[in-house]
Amino acid sequence: MKPTLILRSSSALLLWCLVAVSVYVLLRGHNAPGGGFIGGLIAAAGVAVYAVSRGRAAALRMLRLHPAALCGLGLLVAAASGLPAFLDSAAAYLTHRWWFPDVGIQLPLGTPLLFDLGVYLTVLGTVTAMFLSLVEK
Amino acid sequence: MITSVLLPIGLGAAATVAAMAMPPRLAMPFATMVAAAAFVLLLWAVPQVAGGAAITASFWGVPSLGITGGLSLDGLSLLFALLITGIGALVFLYAGSYLHDDPRRSRFAAIVLMFMTAMLGAVMADDVVTLFIFWELTSLASFFLVGFDHEKATARRAALQALLVTGGGGLALLAGLVLVAAAAGTTAISGIIAAREAVLAAPAAEAAMILVIIGCFAKSAQVPLHFWLPNAMAAPTPVSAYLHSATMVKLGVYLLARLNPVYLEHDLWQGVLTWFGLATALTGAFLALRETDLKRVLAYTTVTGLGTLVMLIGIPPALSATAAIVFLLVHAFYKAALFLVAGIVDHETGMRDASALGGLARVMPITALGAVLAALSMAGLPPFVGFVAKELVYEAKLESGDAAGLLVAGGFLVNAAMVAIAGVLSFRLFFARPRPTPKAPHDPGWAMMTGPLVLGILGLLAGGIPSLFGSWLVNPAAAALLGESVRVDLALWHGFSPLLVLSIATVAMGVGLYLAWERLGLVLRSLRQLDRFGPARAYDRVLGALVPAAARVTGMVQHGSLRDYLRTLFLVASLGALITLAFRGGISLPSVEAGWPDPRIFVPILLIAGAVAAVLARTLIAAIMASGLVGFATAVLFLVNGAPDLAFTQFAVETLFVVILAATLVRLPLRGRLPRSPRDRWIDASIAGCAGGAMTLLLLAVLATPFDPRLSVWFGAESVPAAHGRNVVNVILVDFRALDTLGEITVLALAAIAVLAVLRSIRGETRA
Amino acid sequence: MEIAVALATGIVTGCSVYLVLSRHLIRVAIGFVLFSTAANIAIFLSGRLGPMAPPVVEAGAGALAADAANPLPQALVLTAIVIGFGLVAFTLVLLLKGFIRLGTVDADDLRETDRPDNAPAAVRPAEPRREAA
Repeated sequence: MKPTLILRSSSALLLWCLVAVSVYVLLRGHNAPGGGFIGGLIAAAGVAVYAVSRGRAAALRMLRLHPAALCGLGLLVAAASGLPAFLDSAAAYLTHRWWFPDVGIQLPLGTPLLFDLGVYLTVLGTVTAMFLSLVEK
Repeated sequence: MITSVLLPIGLGAAATVAAMAMPPRLAMPFATMVAAAAFVLLLWAVPQVAGGAAITASFWGVPSLGITGGLSLDGLSLLFALLITGIGALVFLYAGSYLHDDPRRSRFAAIVLMFMTAMLGAVMADDVVTLFIFWELTSLASFFLVGFDHEKATARRAALQALLVTGGGGLALLAGLVLVAAAAGTTAISGIIAAREAVLAAPAAEAAMILVIIGCFAKSAQVPLHFWLPNAMAAPTPVSAYLHSATMVKLGVYLLARLNPVYLEHDLWQGVLTWFGLATALTGAFLALRETDLKRVLAYTTVTGLGTLVMLIGIPPALSATAAIVFLLVHAFYKAALFLVAGIVDHETGMRDASALGGLARVMPITALGAVLAALSMAGLPPFVGFVAKELVYEAKLESGDAAGLLVAGGFLVNAAMVAIAGVLSFRLFFARPRPTPKAPHDPGWAMMTGPLVLGILGLLAGGIPSLFGSWLVNPAAAALLGESVRVDLALWHGFSPLLVLSIATVAMGVGLYLAWERLGLVLRSLRQLDRFGPARAYDRVLGALVPAAARVTGMVQHGSLRDYLRTLFLVASLGALITLAFRGGISLPSVEAGWPDPRIFVPILLIAGAVAAVLARTLIAAIMASGLVGFATAVLFLVNGAPDLAFTQFAVETLFVVILAATLVRLPLRGRLPRSPRDRWIDASIAGCAGGAMTLLLLAVLATPFDPRLSVWFGAESVPAAHGRNVVNVILVDFRALDTLGEITVLALAAIAVLAVLRSIRGETRA
Repeated sequence: MEIAVALATGIVTGCSVYLVLSRHLIRVAIGFVLFSTAANIAIFLSGRLGPMAPPVVEAGAGALAADAANPLPQALVLTAIVIGFGLVAFTLVLLLKGFIRLGTVDADDLRETDRPDNAPAAVRPAEPRREAA
């Protein structure tokens, strides 16, 4: 089954649209519906579309990192996001910290975003790995 | 002084590891030195312990389980520890020569050192858990040593039998000790003795006592669990001398003595110990007379000795405690010596049939001296310590009240048999008419001679100066047996008394039996009926039935049918839920509210439609689509109930589900359906009905209970102030329960790795 | 509404069990999908249904409004959905592997592999199939 020309040519565009949406969903997750799990799934759907239209190999090339490596990276990021907690001797691991630097407006920066990024990467890696494994050939 | 407690055990444990790595040449001398060093260390503690002070050390413990885990060295422990290390050193020295060029000496040394360490731990344990662990370790070491010649089927069988009997007893013991410790509220032995009222008043007090007794009986080869001991003679002779006469088999006696202060006034305890002990002593004496194989004769006399010890513990106190301790020592001395002599005879002549040997004294005079010294002690003749022991045993029996007559009569028979066997093992073997042997015998080297001679001379010395021996070793040990201090002055000469008459009569009867030994043996051996019954046969029957039964049960449980596993799983789970709901009054049928239904009612209808369609679908593609319908209906359910996060996730996952299911389908053959038989269909439908019903009833029960919103309200209230996030679901996931989420994404990553690993192996196979 | 969902969950559960017990392993996998869906709904339902408003605190407000949905079961179910995906994907890969090694997707043929002499059924003499329909 050969994908249609329209799908093939639009898949890159679709991929980047979906990735953009996923990042937006990830970022707004703390204050509105969204977050790392959904973001990761949306991004994985983008990769899936890409893989269906251009083949598994192309998808892997485009990812640069192997999906399993994405999983590992995500886990590392999530686990590392808990480390700043030790700056405060009384706090337990994964007690998140916040900074509000004033650059015109107050920017809410905190380790929860880092943790959610870890979730995002792990979900993206897992789902991509499984998807690519099963639709192989 | 704490070093006397910890150092021998630490030394033994370290030496066990070291011995494995040692060249065979050095292994046994090394083991000998370790045992001797431990012996000296322990000797150091004698004055303090004889003064009545126990040395204690606490080295581990599980406080949350109430396990104190200490070691303690009191009179009884010290006596045993000295026997273990002292006889150990002599036996290891002997074994170095006995196994002269056996390449497995390193292994042997490691196992005997492990055994010695375990024995020390068991007798020094001040805590039933510690005791039990070391106790089982000794059974394990015994297993390895009995099966040391593992290429022989008889050795393997004997090893397994010893392990199963003592290990089975160990299970009973564990149960008993747990009950006792629970009743006492502590696992410390000293604590259990202090709480004896509570232990005796506990509801299962007698059951606990019987369980402990079973464990001790199995270990100490009491009737009817005695049959493993003669078979354990498949072990190399030094092992028989060490484990199966001097030390390990006395561990059961040790524990009975250790717990005696708790139970000593209990009628059942006294009765069981006294009568089973007497029966064991008589059985051992009887069977010993039937045998001609030196080692088996000795094994049965060991059974006799153990029976006597148990009986003495059971006889109401006073003198019997002292008698038990003296007899224990005496028995260890002469029995180990005789085993070693038997080993020498076997080694030198190449045979060990007592009826076919004789006159060895001419060619092996020093061995004969050792044998005679030990045999005289065994026969209970003055001035040997065996005489002191026998007098004490008689005296204890005479003092035992109502049962005195029976006990003395039984003891008389047993002692006479021992006199006869002692005669066979010394005079007949070494001084009777010489007979031809396969090898030309001569005295072995000093290493093998030291053991029997030292032990024989010890028996003589202890008999010569019994008072010193009594105050240093016996009285402190007897005190532990009774839970109060004991002052009995041992003496060789008691004056003319009924005891002396009894002793003389015993020896006379024994000499008579000795003269008739050959003919008596023939008569007894002709009683073949005896071999057809008895516990050994029962053991064979049980074991014979157990293996097929286990195979049948395994075949029934591990049947290998995936569908039957799943059926069992679902049926048990749903019936469990249904039955619990029914009996706990959890079934609550809701009242249907009147009025217009909620417009969202279309969602559950869609769910039902999708699920039913998935079941009824004739093609797999249709079933996949129907399952997708259920998934999308679920997403809508989430959406219309204030869960947009869930809804989006469900949409995304459901799409991926359909895609990967379809992708899998492409790679599998579609041909043919696999219909179930009508019978299967009914069974599966019933199980499915149960599962569905259980789920609905469970949910209705949940809905009928009042909702407790505290947790949700807390998360809702704390989300903004504490975590600076307004999406409460996300805040819970990444902040409040972040560790949980970290665990979950780890699971995901592992699943991905597992998928990749399985696929890689598929690729490898298809390529190949 | 809640009662209707409880009933539907029960029916989905029943259907999923029936599918899981079938002989065709793809149907078994579909059964697993439905079963995890049913479990998720059960958890969600235990936190009660009703409010349409998502559990998001209004801008400027300090705490979640009383008429918002219950956030706790949502947090539990969200991860469960994704993990359910991982489970099913793994099941499918095993199924594929089983097909490649044993040449079958019939659950009744798998019993051979549990025997000690577990050679792949493909290379073993065919045994009479149980309850051949």
